[in-house]
Amino acid sequence: MAKVIVVTSGKGGVGKTTSSAAIGSGLAMSGAKTVIIDFDIGLRNLDLIMGCERRVVYDLINVINGEANLQQALVKDKRISDLFIMPASQTRNKDALTKEGVEKVIADLKADGFEYIICDSPAGIEQGAMMALYFADEAIVTTNPEVSSVRDSDRITGMLSSKSYRSEQQLTPVKVHLLITRYCPERVEKEEMLSIDDINDLLGIDLLGVIPESQDVLNASNLGEPIILNQDCDAGKAYQDAVDRLLGIDRDFRFITYEKKGFLSRIFGG
Amino acid sequence: MGLLQYFRQEKPKKGSAKLAKDRLQIIVAHEHSCAARPSYLPEMQQEIVAVIRKYMDISSNDVKCEFSDKADDDMSVLEVNVALPKNR
Repeated sequence: MAKVIVVTSGKGGVGKTTSSAAIGSGLAMSGAKTVIIDFDIGLRNLDLIMGCERRVVYDLINVINGEANLQQALVKDKRISDLFIMPASQTRNKDALTKEGVEKVIADLKADGFEYIICDSPAGIEQGAMMALYFADEAIVTTNPEVSSVRDSDRITGMLSSKSYRSEQQLTPVKVHLLITRYCPERVEKEEMLSIDDINDLLGIDLLGVIPESQDVLNASNLGEPIILNQDCDAGKAYQDAVDRLLGIDRDFRFITYEKKGFLSRIFGG
Repeated sequence: MGLLQYFRQEKPKKGSAKLAKDRLQIIVAHEHSCAARPSYLPEMQQEIVAVIRKYMDISSNDVKCEFSDKADDDMSVLEVNVALPKNR
């Protein structure tokens, strides 16, 4: 049964596209045919994060308008065989993103055998963001441990339960997961940053993963490689854990406590 | 003296995370109560004010419409409060 998963947050810059790329790649690596759709009309960036920007010919709006078919617009990933990218349009009016159009694209993708349809939402609560979440079966709410991000995540969680297809049709509600990104255990220890428990108390959403703040994320985006492909770094491992949990595998949470560096390791940099 | 000050500064400073959580708890609870409010409420309030003004000399500030929807109750309450100035 195909699943539509929206990666959303309300606030911008918290790591939606990075997370969409990482989680989409992780799901595809598990052998499930996966597509990541960029809903950020006019400001597409998923192609850059995935490193396929030079192979984009047609986009989501072209498909909706019937100017290209699905196969022409889908960009196949060169590293992971079951992974495809659907780029957003860069120039067109975002009103072109109609409910009927999105519905048809998602239905066609399902008919084409896609098991996971990841919708990378733009920031805000405008048309693009609402269309990205409308047909979702599950949602990954990306949150930084920071006041504005937590508040916006709460708002977007409210919209998932009132403005989605599932809520309007009174079906089983959208299953909402919380993904905390840019987490800094050291600052939490010093009580400078909201802890996982604080965010849990405030939002009351099931925790899918905690991605530690990491320099490797910028490095991965520079290279156009989803961070999950770098299994040597903590952020990559944390995304892999999140994907495993999404697939129903139990994983302990890692990288969430601060280990004070010992005297010797401080000197020798161990 | 300098050394003494150095050790004094090492006293644990209370972080700001607690305040962040407290502020968020208040605003999130407030926004949840607003979200329960029906979207037609402001328009209805205007219409109620218009009807009352047909007969009485009041300003729109004298009428308050409150909608409360508490999770533990099985009913919602619409409260319309009209403050009438004296001797009219």
